[in-house]
Amino acid sequence: MYFGLSEEQSFFKDNVKKYLEDNASLDQIRKIASGDGKKLSQEIHQGFLNLGVNGLLVPEEFGGLGLDLLFAAVVSESLGACVGPVPFIAPYVMAPTAILVAGNQEQKENYLTKIASNEVLIGVGFSEFIGSRNDAGLTFDSGVLKGRTMFVMDAQTATHVLLADNLGQMFIVDTKASGLEIVSLTTIDKTRQYAEIICKDVPADLLELSSVSTNSISQSIDAGRIMLAADTLGASQAMIDQAVDYAKERKQFGRAIGSFQAVKHMCAEMVADLEPCYALVWHAAHCHDSSPDEAKLMACHAKAHVSEMGKGIAKKATEVHGGMGFTDLLGLHYWFKRIGVNRQMLGSPELAREEAMQSQL
Amino acid sequence: MDLEYGPEYQDFTKEVQSFCKKYEGLTFKDGLKVPFGSPGGSSGPKVSRAEWQKILIENGYFARSVPKEYGGYGGEADMLKSRIIAAEFSKSKTPTPMGGQGIDMLVPTLLEMGTEEQKQTYIKPTLHGEMIWCQGYSEPGAGSDLASLQTKGELINGEWVINGQKIWTSTAQFSQMCFCLVRTEPDAPKHAGISYLLIPMDTPGIEIRPLVDMTLKPGFNEVFFTDVKIPEGNIIGKRGEGWAVANATLGHERGSLAPPDATMNRVNMLIHLMKKETLDGKPLIDHPIYRDRLMQIQGKVLAQQSHGLRLLSAKLNPGTDVKIGKMIQKLTGTELRHELEGLAIDVMGEIGTLYEQSPHVKNDGTWQFIYMYFLGLIIGGGTSQIQKNIIAERGLGMPKEPKIQGA
Repeated sequence: MYFGLSEEQSFFKDNVKKYLEDNASLDQIRKIASGDGKKLSQEIHQGFLNLGVNGLLVPEEFGGLGLDLLFAAVVSESLGACVGPVPFIAPYVMAPTAILVAGNQEQKENYLTKIASNEVLIGVGFSEFIGSRNDAGLTFDSGVLKGRTMFVMDAQTATHVLLADNLGQMFIVDTKASGLEIVSLTTIDKTRQYAEIICKDVPADLLELSSVSTNSISQSIDAGRIMLAADTLGASQAMIDQAVDYAKERKQFGRAIGSFQAVKHMCAEMVADLEPCYALVWHAAHCHDSSPDEAKLMACHAKAHVSEMGKGIAKKATEVHGGMGFTDLLGLHYWFKRIGVNRQMLGSPELAREEAMQSQL
Repeated sequence: MDLEYGPEYQDFTKEVQSFCKKYEGLTFKDGLKVPFGSPGGSSGPKVSRAEWQKILIENGYFARSVPKEYGGYGGEADMLKSRIIAAEFSKSKTPTPMGGQGIDMLVPTLLEMGTEEQKQTYIKPTLHGEMIWCQGYSEPGAGSDLASLQTKGELINGEWVINGQKIWTSTAQFSQMCFCLVRTEPDAPKHAGISYLLIPMDTPGIEIRPLVDMTLKPGFNEVFFTDVKIPEGNIIGKRGEGWAVANATLGHERGSLAPPDATMNRVNMLIHLMKKETLDGKPLIDHPIYRDRLMQIQGKVLAQQSHGLRLLSAKLNPGTDVKIGKMIQKLTGTELRHELEGLAIDVMGEIGTLYEQSPHVKNDGTWQFIYMYFLGLIIGGGTSQIQKNIIAERGLGMPKEPKIQGA
């Protein structure tokens, strides 16, 4: 019995983290966030791909590495830790998972091979299925998509997008197709991209099995949720580390503020909240691959619980920094916002918990 | 990640299952006289507590790694087998072995630090349930700051003469023995002046007064010592080493107060209750707010259960760093259990306030009882606030509060 990361997984996690620390410093992230770092962003992305992340989950028969979801979870954790400004969850986790389960042989050979060889980058927009807001909505008829969908991840840099309607049918659409419009959405988190997509009779490739059952989209969402939880895990740990370091250094009333119980107890609470989240995320990733009966329950709880813990940590870690925590100068807000966006994407905690309940009734 | 135990353990699981089946519903001839351990049933075979302890030890389901010469089973310590035994017993209607401070805390301490003679004298009767122990640590003036304790022990004519008072002493009224922290070196610095003494409870000069807690059960006692005389050799470790000896046992206590598997059993009981009980004609589980709170708790318990697997794995595979992971257990485990029991009360509303043998009380009033009982556990064994100090100072290396001169 062994519960935890393998040596290879730990190594991979450290590798990704080191790459980001060396190539995506806070100054560089600021530049990207301000909107004039397009070239820099592409360079960071290219280096990230050189680590092998795009083919991580693609089976070997399609040219990928065929590794398990725990490998992807540690990548996500490192991205969260460094507020990594690169696409990952949508194109390299959710898209291959969906295509692998729902695609026919031709679709698998086409898309999965190209994901592994980096010929395509597929953004993902499942909001219509998870929880449609306001008057958005997509309809599919006679091979074309009509309507619009919100919060499509990584559409701006994508060659294709994988979209879902409210029945859970999934379609792959070329982002250069005529009739397709991408409207960038500005969220609080400027390290990642979200868009609204408007379709006016856009030709769409229906992933065959997704019209038969929602099982395939459900698996892709589960995987995405575990990744978001892992991202929040990494971001929360980074905030705690910064808060603890600051509390040891900063002096008031002639002593380090970390010697005051009011401050050290906040730090202890953050650690006590976050530490079990590691095991929950790892366990959920493991169940996703190896224990289908528990997979849904674990993925929903991982997303909801880590989001809740992350929210508290984001607040407390900022408070430990006092006024400096609130400034742009320190940049702590990049982590705060990353955690805030992760919480709402692919189903807020309340929605995820309702699904957790449904899965055991 | 590999969560399989392997074929050897599958066979072992079957073996434990068939043992549990054989003794299902076992009844105790003398159940009420002895605290700790499950109450037993009414349908199965009839034995005494001590006989049951012996049967469990002979089969290796209790005191598994304690050497034979001290009354144990004499097997290899095997974390997975211990886990399987605990899991199978909790699923069955077979009584679990006795626990309590003698078994859970004193025996490990003796095995680690006792003399050969002490091991021979005390371990076997303790394991067999014939010698019950209480713990004499806290005093009215020494709670969180335990090392400031003042109960005095003087060595006079080859005997320790003890004077002072202990408080929060559970099961003192049933106990034959007390392991007790006593100040024997008044001139030494506070941590270095304490010895760990073993006091027979029938020694003249000991007075026990029950202390009723908020559950209305006399869960604790105050114990008064007036010129209590015990032999010089009734000491574990050397004079002045009592603090180190006690710290070894506190470690045993803190980890075991709120195991997540037990909390998950209660979550499942709560789900069952919420499907059965109704509000305005609708099952409680169909009320969205209660349902969401239930799921929040389930998520937290799942996190702690997974965390438990991580800690178990770290024991089996040395070299994994889980120092902070262990430090958070007492804090998070007791707080979560209290929160869960409180949720059950909330979903029942007025019904949740019923207690004891009231008409309409659910699950024998256990939700209220455990809700209050766990507030006791949040405070006892190092309060949540003390736990946070430990996590911050020893876990995160944060600076200590400056010491006040003379304290």
